[in-house]
Amino acid sequence: MSETKSSELQNGLLFERPLLEMEQKIEELRRLAQNTHLDLSGEIKALEARLRSQTAEVYAGLTPWEKVIVARHAERPMTSDYIAMMLDDFTELHGDRLYGDDRAIVTGLAQMGGVRFMLIGHRKGKSVKDRLACNFGCAHPEGYRKALLKMRLAEKLRIPIVTFINTPGAYPGIGAEERGQAGAIATNILAMFGLRVPIISIVIGEGGSGGALGIGIGDRVGILEHAYYSVITPEGCAAILWKAGDKAAEAAAALKLTSADLRKHGLVDDVIEEPLGGAHRDVRGTVERVKARISSWLSELAELPIETLLEQRHHKFRSMGLPAEGVTETAVGVS
Amino acid sequence: MAWTRFTKKKDMPGGLWIKCESCGSMLFRKEFESRHRVCASCGYHFTLPGRERVELTADEGSFVELFADLVAEDRLGFVDKVPYAEKLTQTREKTGEADAMIVGTCTVHGIPCVLGVMNFAFLGGSMGMVVGEKVARAVETALERKIPVILVACSGGARMHEGAISLMQMAKTCATLAKLQAAGGFSISVMTHPTTGGVTASFASVCDLLIAEPGALIGFAGPRVIATTIKKELPKGFQRAEFLLEKGQIDRIVPRDQLRAELAKLMAYATGRDVVAAAQTPPKAEPSPSAPGKDAGKKKKGKRDKAEPGPGDGKRGADGAEA
Ligand SMILES: [Zn+2]
Repeated sequence: MSETKSSELQNGLLFERPLLEMEQKIEELRRLAQNTHLDLSGEIKALEARLRSQTAEVYAGLTPWEKVIVARHAERPMTSDYIAMMLDDFTELHGDRLYGDDRAIVTGLAQMGGVRFMLIGHRKGKSVKDRLACNFGCAHPEGYRKALLKMRLAEKLRIPIVTFINTPGAYPGIGAEERGQAGAIATNILAMFGLRVPIISIVIGEGGSGGALGIGIGDRVGILEHAYYSVITPEGCAAILWKAGDKAAEAAAALKLTSADLRKHGLVDDVIEEPLGGAHRDVRGTVERVKARISSWLSELAELPIETLLEQRHHKFRSMGLPAEGVTETAVGVS
Repeated sequence: MAWTRFTKKKDMPGGLWIKCESCGSMLFRKEFESRHRVCASCGYHFTLPGRERVELTADEGSFVELFADLVAEDRLGFVDKVPYAEKLTQTREKTGEADAMIVGTCTVHGIPCVLGVMNFAFLGGSMGMVVGEKVARAVETALERKIPVILVACSGGARMHEGAISLMQMAKTCATLAKLQAAGGFSISVMTHPTTGGVTASFASVCDLLIAEPGALIGFAGPRVIATTIKKELPKGFQRAEFLLEKGQIDRIVPRDQLRAELAKLMAYATGRDVVAAAQTPPKAEPSPSAPGKDAGKKKKGKRDKAEPGPGDGKRGADGAEA
């Protein structure tokens, strides 16, 4: 899927072209003003205002597929950006003590404005070399096992867990299957219901299926405005149901994978608004917003007795997608 | 009973012979069905329809179906070639089932338990809100009644037509299993051909014991997806039950004709019963699965034929399930 990505980006980001052109023009005017000492501030201001309104218009009208493209944008803030900009300290902890150190998931101790937590996040990598080393954010079983090991350490240290979700999905490969990809993800999901510390999960880009959920059982789950969370990639869905990979846009719309849809169906707790024109236009601004959300949730969750927290965590996921006629005389009550 | 609302269209009369998907042998249908759809020639385990699985597993007449009223809703307004709502109606008519999961209580060699069985014929056994809810309630019933739960998986994965709602059924089922385990309850997962995607990556992999049928395709990603990703041919036997056993991913492989005795034995270990006696206790009267009117459920079973959707050799995609 990585091979096709660049061409998809070019095609998909067509909606950005007028914005980029306008940005370029403003840049040119600035340079002209500087070189010629002409006063072009009026023209520049007018253009900037137009750019703002057009950006707002374009981003308000993004189709679900265009949102998927934005969620995959190469300049969109990744876990590494949040680590670099949001924390006072990050001490990475490596390895699953069993097989290896999966670079597709980063784990470590973090301090942020006086609070400490265990940070777990999918890592996509920035450079070509990095991206390859991280398998484009597609984790292997050892990545999920590393995550669980560090989450258990957090439980022991009585510090909360914050996870950053950004993966197209868990890695589909021979080694991954040999080492029990399905079992590793399932074990994490099950174990996270029992962890006796608060858990916050933020979908910052791609929320790809089980690979996302494997670190996604949060007491609070937030999603960035243009991120997506889906049972399958639009391309995968199109290939199976439409028997045509080029129907990804249709599949993206049908899957109802946008932040607004997820909120509507009660599958996430909050949508974090992105800066004008998407997170990639203002990385720092995005990081600040996410940081604020995490901070307020951390203090909120710290107030809850642990038994209440666990009961609420269970109840939240237990209640997702209740069938309508779900009441029979023999039905067992939902606790 | 709820399923009577989904009146099944009359089954096509089956032919006398059917061809083995694996070795190509021609098999006499009656004998094939009496062998619970295992090829007499090569031992290939065909996908067993859900109701036949119930008959095979539960003591005769002991199965009491629960939660049969649960039906899926098209919450997303999902349309691919046909609207999901329409697909649901058609599939209910075709299969006579409400969804892809049958849950109830029964005894196995006299040992009471909760039994949950997936039905591949219903949209590839895909897990949506009903399957997730039924698994959750099966586990909760086991917890409440303090009896073991057996979950028989047969699924292409999560049901795409329910979007992220189906994804969250992975969480829902694991949430209840976490509770059961914390309370000391006992669970057995039986993985049958095929068990892939979100079902393998949730409840089917986190029961106390993981049992597989011989030759069953079991994995996270489908073999086609893997082959496309790595651009290589997959090794022979990859993702088959024997492969998983060798890699340390499952506890045991149990042939279909021994499954009931094996489940009884394992439950005897977990519940403090005499193990040898439990394994040997003959069922009151071994019901012949091909004889109509003798099934454990209350449903009249029609003859099945090639129209029965099967997963084939893992080459064919499971319609409705993720890859
Ligand atoms: Zn055969």
